[in-house]
Amino acid sequence: MHNIWVIAKREYKLFFISPIAYGLLFVTLLTLGGFLFLDILYATQTQAFVPNIQRTFQLFIFPLLFLSVPAITMRTLAEENRAGTLELLLTAPVTDWELVFGKWLGTFFFFVTSIALTLVYPLILNSIVDPGIDQGVLISGYIGLILITAAMSAIGVLVSSFFRNQVAALLVTFGVIILFWVIGSPAQLVDGVAADVLRYLSLTEHFYDSFLIGLVRIQDVVYYLSMTAIALFLGSISVEARRWR
Amino acid sequence: MIRVSNLTKDYGSRRAISDLTFNIEKGEIVAFLGPNGAGKTTTMRILSGYMPPSQGIVEVNGFDIIEQSLEVRRLVGYLPETVPLYPDLSVFEYLKFMADLRKIKQAEDRVDEVIEMVRLGDRSNSYIGNLSKGMRQRVGLAQALLHKPEVLILDEPTIGLDPAQIIEVRNLIREVGREHTVLLSTHILPEAQQVCSRVLIINKGKIVAEDTTENLQNRLTGSVRFRIRLRGDASAAAQKIGQIHGVLHAQAADTDLVEFESAPGQDVRAEAARVIVQSGLDLLELQPASLSLEDIFLQLTQEEEPAPTPELGQPEPAPEMEA
Ligand SMILES: Nc1ncnc2c1ncn2[C@@H]1O[C@H](COP(=O)(O)OP(=O)(O)OP(=O)(O)O)[C@@H](O)[C@H]1O
Ligand SMILES: [Mg+2]
Repeated sequence: MHNIWVIAKREYKLFFISPIAYGLLFVTLLTLGGFLFLDILYATQTQAFVPNIQRTFQLFIFPLLFLSVPAITMRTLAEENRAGTLELLLTAPVTDWELVFGKWLGTFFFFVTSIALTLVYPLILNSIVDPGIDQGVLISGYIGLILITAAMSAIGVLVSSFFRNQVAALLVTFGVIILFWVIGSPAQLVDGVAADVLRYLSLTEHFYDSFLIGLVRIQDVVYYLSMTAIALFLGSISVEARRWR
Repeated sequence: MIRVSNLTKDYGSRRAISDLTFNIEKGEIVAFLGPNGAGKTTTMRILSGYMPPSQGIVEVNGFDIIEQSLEVRRLVGYLPETVPLYPDLSVFEYLKFMADLRKIKQAEDRVDEVIEMVRLGDRSNSYIGNLSKGMRQRVGLAQALLHKPEVLILDEPTIGLDPAQIIEVRNLIREVGREHTVLLSTHILPEAQQVCSRVLIINKGKIVAEDTTENLQNRLTGSVRFRIRLRGDASAAAQKIGQIHGVLHAQAADTDLVEFESAPGQDVRAEAARVIVQSGLDLLELQPASLSLEDIFLQLTQEEEPAPTPELGQPEPAPEMEA
């Protein structure tokens, strides 16, 4: 536990001295704000709908998942590997699991921080729509966002353990997230168990029909948490396999 | 302290080290000497717990390197060949991180202490990325010393340092070696001679010689070589020296340089000097030319043939230079 904490703390701190993380945080918040602003503008001009928190979450999820997660997790293990500092960590009295878990925890704290910063947007929205935003959806939506980023950043850390090159890690993580995003679609073409499996694996399935409509269902929480645990477990195996090469 | 038996490591189909067996006792300073690609780094990576061997057994203080990897890693301080540093951290932050990972009590005091040991007291708050190569090397060394390890494994610790720093680092290693067991790798023979009590010579993944530094040199040379720098006709001088009783052969290595080898146990220096002066030449310098590492390897690895004498016109590398 101590080791996990030491590694996570350093990982987290490193974001705040790295211009990339600041830049990314800035771009993410800007994109979110931009989306929301356009949405509100469009709503007031067309009068077609009232901007609500559901729409806001749907807008938020894209830059978070498809930009922040790959770009933040790409560095975690690939860069240690390239710079040779992995040799330092692997010869310190730290297990491979502690290393991978600590790395993930540090990045996860970073995402929690950035997600917490996005809270300003619902608050702004709350002040301009009448009678305010749905508090239940606000809470469940944020729980969902945090769980999704937890699982996807675990995959990012796993992918990063395969590479020495950060860009390669970024692209593959990006690809895997897209895969989990769309994996539910072919479920309509097949039926039976295959369809169930595809639907179960789908990221969106566990978000749109639950967290986004104000539900916190145990099966969805289990889905994201087990995905996190499996990815991190595979990550520690991947680090160990590296030693045997 | 360290027991290695039949250690073998394959990278894919390439065998990097094969069947290494050696022991290192507590308090010894041992040099691992070998040319590029000999397998020094590979062996040290195994001893440090970075990677498991393909075959063979390694024990550090009784702990098995595979089964009790964490115990071994707690005992060992390791400076890898490519110094593992985070350029975005300051020297202090970096060492504090490592101290925390190693669960050192009063970490900050200890960090300050090792920073002083490697003479970086005034750069403690500098970013590692802004340090010179030699300073970075010393930060890496500080990292290895943090937890007062029982066993210190240093992969080419003096590479990239200037001569003054080399001397400092060697002194530091000798100092540390009083209480700890040290294994260092180098391809510089004088370094091994100055710092270490024992040398393991490794070539192409095999140990080719293992002895104390003194014995090794005596055993290898058998004869003694000298170098004379003079003003005048070097080839004539070489011929004259060659006729001295006890000189095996002499040759002009340069226009002003004569090299000769004397039979074991015969001191011919006075006679050689006399001969030069008597033939009207100015004697500028007379000094022993120790065998370069290159020569030693040639002797050890091609025992069937005698070591070739250095090429004409090619002065031997100065002892400090890499072979
Ligand atoms: N990661 C690796 N993958 C494949 N082969 C490797 C790897 N590391 C080393 N080797 C090979 O193993 C052999 C021994 O290399 P090693 O790095 O141990 O030599 P060394 O004695 O440290 O040399 P140097 O003095 O150049 O540092 C070499 O033939 C090298 O090519
Ligand atoms: Mg090496």
